[in-house]
Formats: sequence, structure tokens, C-alpha cells
Amino acid sequence: MTPDGPIPEVADVDPESRADFDRQEQSSAEQSREQGPRRITAAATASPPASSAANVEAKPGLSVRLEQLRAFYGSAEQVKGIDLEFRANEVTAIIGPSGCGKSTMVRCINRMHEEIPGARAEGRVMLEDLDVYDPSVDVVAVRRAIGMVFQKPNPFPTMSIFDNVAAGPRLSSRRGGDLRAKVEAALRDAGLWDEVADRLDEPGAGLSGGQQQRLCIARSLAVDPEVILMDEPCSALDPIATLKIEELIDQLKQRVTIVIVTHNMQQAARVADRTAFVLDGKLVEIGPTQEIFTKPTDPRTEEYVTGKFG
Amino acid sequence: MSAQGGSTEILARFAVSPARRRRDRLARGCVLTATAIALVPLVLIVYYLLRKGLGSWSASFFTSDPTGNTFFGSSSIGGIKSAILGTIEIVALASAIAVPTGVGVAVWLVEYGRNSWFAHTVRFFVDVLTGVPSIVFGLFVYIVLVVGTGSTYAGYKGSIALSLLMFPVVIRSAEVILLLVPAALRESALALGAPRWRVIFSIVLPTALPGMITGVLLAVARAAGETAPLLFTAASTHGTTFNLGQFMNSLPVQIYNDVISATPAVEHRAWGAALTLVTMILLLNLIARLIARRSRLA
Repeated sequence: MTPDGPIPEVADVDPESRADFDRQEQSSAEQSREQGPRRITAAATASPPASSAANVEAKPGLSVRLEQLRAFYGSAEQVKGIDLEFRANEVTAIIGPSGCGKSTMVRCINRMHEEIPGARAEGRVMLEDLDVYDPSVDVVAVRRAIGMVFQKPNPFPTMSIFDNVAAGPRLSSRRGGDLRAKVEAALRDAGLWDEVADRLDEPGAGLSGGQQQRLCIARSLAVDPEVILMDEPCSALDPIATLKIEELIDQLKQRVTIVIVTHNMQQAARVADRTAFVLDGKLVEIGPTQEIFTKPTDPRTEEYVTGKFG
Repeated sequence: MSAQGGSTEILARFAVSPARRRRDRLARGCVLTATAIALVPLVLIVYYLLRKGLGSWSASFFTSDPTGNTFFGSSSIGGIKSAILGTIEIVALASAIAVPTGVGVAVWLVEYGRNSWFAHTVRFFVDVLTGVPSIVFGLFVYIVLVVGTGSTYAGYKGSIALSLLMFPVVIRSAEVILLLVPAALRESALALGAPRWRVIFSIVLPTALPGMITGVLLAVARAAGETAPLLFTAASTHGTTFNLGQFMNSLPVQIYNDVISATPAVEHRAWGAALTLVTMILLLNLIARLIARRSRLA
């Protein structure tokens, strides 16, 4: 345990994934770097006919970088100094055994960790050039930019399907714009529109588990986040519903950066551009998903992905 | 070793023993008896209320004030109009004080105070308050607001005494319900970038609403039936008044006064008033349940 020293694997991995990086460079040329503001999404988005019809304004994803992130519950250190970058408009999977701190780490990114009594975080979480833990930063603004989808689908039980999706814009007092169009666009982007278009007034809790989870994804999309964190989004779903969510993730990465915590290594292999392996609160290694699963540099990663422990 | 023998062996192993069957029957008998014992007074109360109370119900019973004239038979004693309206007024004001404040305390305890020492202190005092006999609240208000201000009885002073009585019931029941709202709902609303106060108003409170209505009703029902806090705060009077600054009649106090009367007709009026009080609380319950059911679907 060397809490203050950088973790060597991280430094090594980045140059290794050069090829990957080039591809990234290309897409980022037309992206956020030049300037933050919104642009109209082209037909390149998730469901082309739908989104262009709704004419949604969207922003490209933003990158997130953890710098020596440490997280505590009371005096127990759960995340023990992690350096890690989530590149813009990529899907990064986080794998690791139960209790290794991957959920905690992800909850630090949008500052949900501190909502638990006695919990706190140290180190920095950089959203592009902004430290989200800077005292002058409004935590509410951070969460609008960094959405979250939880393990269990949890639509608001008192609300209809429509109101569930509209909850984000309403609750964050971001009115303005056509709420109906916003809701429709979010539902289309979450691949749920065709299934619920004729019953938007019915309670969201009446949908099936998989539909509820897509409703929750639509709900977080409706606030126009640049990053979406998914904490085991499919662990409560059957394989078919899981497949739908995975297809969705693949489409969504064109407009948001996605971080997905998963216990399911096949899932990581299917959806993630890069995969990070976390063990006992520390990053073991990160690299292109293919490499992590076929030729990991660290023996512990190999043991984990081949099922020798965890 | 035949198949036949094997199956009897198995049967013997899995059969319920007669002793256990007996014990089961005995235990069931005990809990059933307990239920019956508890039901007997309940049924009797409803029976006597209906039998004795219904007789005194009439149109004029609800539309006339008690006259205080008890010497010329049942035709001249008057009804309970002032008591019904007085109870509604006093309890409405008491609820207007106790419900928002109590829910506010519960929200603070659950959403902000949590496990801080101050929250624990508040919970402790609320528990103490729960155990305080109702007459003590009446006495307290009497000392502070009646004797203390050198003035006299008034309806609003009765409301304050009742609101003190309602506080712990509202706080405790609302707290329990708020704790039942899944943390996941709060988290997902917070993760949408909603400020905490909006999460509380738009997610937590609507989700908890049906349960909280039940708790509030319990408090209202308890307050509406209390005599002791009103005896020397709102006192009693014959006429109907809508001025909460004056002496005010109420159903429990009128029942109390009527029951100790020597005139049978007046005593009979107590039954009518008691049945009226029970019916009012029942109606309130039904209405609130309907509201709660509708709000859940909306």
C-alpha cells in the first residue's frame, strides 16, 4: 500500500493504448475541447430518425480524471488513492470483486458518496479542467453534468412515465424549452419511446424491470448530462433486458461519456472500450478491454478475469 | 424391503405427531380467545352508542344550541350545534398549528438531523411528550395563557393545548413514514441534480403522503376526543361562536357536562353527542383515505 505514490500500471497503460488514443483524438477534434457550448446533434445520434425529428440540443461528453482519489466511511478507507482517466465519449468498465471499492469510487465522481452519513472523499475528481470537489463548485451543478443510473431500477413511485422523465428538468428548475419534446427525445434516446408513447400518463412503476431501468436512463438523459455513471445497471435484469441496455450504452456513448461498474465480465467485454480492474480500493490496471481480457499485464488481473478468484 | 414398506417408513417420518397437532390447536385457541376478548368491548361500545345515541338524533339536535334549561323535559334542553362547530374550530386550529410544525420536525429529524446529538435530544423530548397525560397540557396552557396573562378562557387556548398533545403523535408517525421512503429515491433525485429541498418537497413528501395522512388522522382523532385539555382552556358555553377568542363549546366537554347532569334527558344527550363525535372521526378517516388513494395514483 503506497497511498502517496502514483500507481505504476496507470502510467504504463496510457502509452500502450496509443492506437486507441488516436481514434479518440479524431473524434475529440469536433468536440468539447475547442469550447464548451452546445451544438445541434447531427444525425449521428442514437436513434437517428427520432432524435433529429425532436431536434434535441446535445453536448458531447466530457472526460473525467481521478487524481489520488481516496474515499472513507468514517475511518474505514474504501478507496485507497486511485488515479484513473475516463476519456470523453468512451465506455469505461470497472470490474473487480465485491467490496473492492468500485461503486464507492464511482459515487465519488458525482459527489453522491458524501450523501452517506460519515462518508468523505479526498483527492481530486477533474471534470475536464474543473475539480468537482473545489469548495466553490455547486454540487447540484456537478450532478446535472454527471448523471447516474443505479443498480435497481427506481422510478419515482408517485409519478407517471412522463413525470419521471420530466422530473430532472423540473426538479433542477431548468425549465424553459419544450418539456414535452425533451421528454420524448430522452425516451427515444433510451429506446423506450415506442413501448410507452401511448401510455405516458401511467405510473412508471407499472413497467417491467428492464423498461424501468431504461426509464431511469431516460430520466438521467433528460437533464442533458455529459457523463453518465452506471452502477451495475443490469444486475437486476434478465438477459434480454440486459442486451437492450447494452445496445443502448453503445449508442449513448456518442453523446456522453459512460462509466459502468459491472460484476459481469462478459458485459464489460461487450460494451466497454476500456476496462479498469480494481482490487482492494486500488487500481490494478486499465487498458483497452481486449487487452485486459486477453493479455493483462498484471497477474492479479489475469487471475480475476480467468475466474481464479473473486 | 418392499416398496410398500419403504413408503410407510417415509410417511411415518413426515407425519405430524398428535402431540404437535394438539399444541397447535391450543396455541390457535389462545390467540383466537385473545382476539375475541378484545373485540367484546369494541362491539359493546358501538352497540350502546347506536342504541342510546341514535334515539336522541334529530334534525333539531344538530341545528340547535344547548339551552342550559334542564327543568322542562327533553323538548327544551336544545341540541349540540355549538359543540359540533366548537370541536371543528378548535381541532382545525390545533391541526393547523401541530401538523405543519410536526411534519417539519420529522423532516428535519430524518433528512438533516439524522444521528446528531441534537436530533437524539429532540427525539427524547418528543417521546417524553408522548407520555404526558393530556390534563397536564391543559394545566400548562391554563397556567401560562389563562392565569399567566390574567385573562380568561378562549377557544384558541384550547387549540394550543390540543396542538401540544398532537405534536408527538404527528412527529413520531411522520418520522417513521419518512424513514420508510427508500433511500434509493432520494439518491436518484439528488443524482439528477435536484437541490435537497426540492427532493424533499417533490419526491420524499409525496411518496410519504398516504402514510403521513394516517398518522395525522390519528393525532386529529385523539385531539378531537380529548376533554381534559379543554376543560380549563376553552371551557364551555351554550351559544355557537366563530370567534376563537371567546369561550367555546366542544363535544367532549359537553359530553362531560351532560353525563354528570341529574336530568335523564340531558344525560341522554351525552349519548347522542358521543355518537356524533365517533361518526365525525369516522367520516374524517374515510375522506382522508379517499384522498390518499387518489393522490397515490396521480
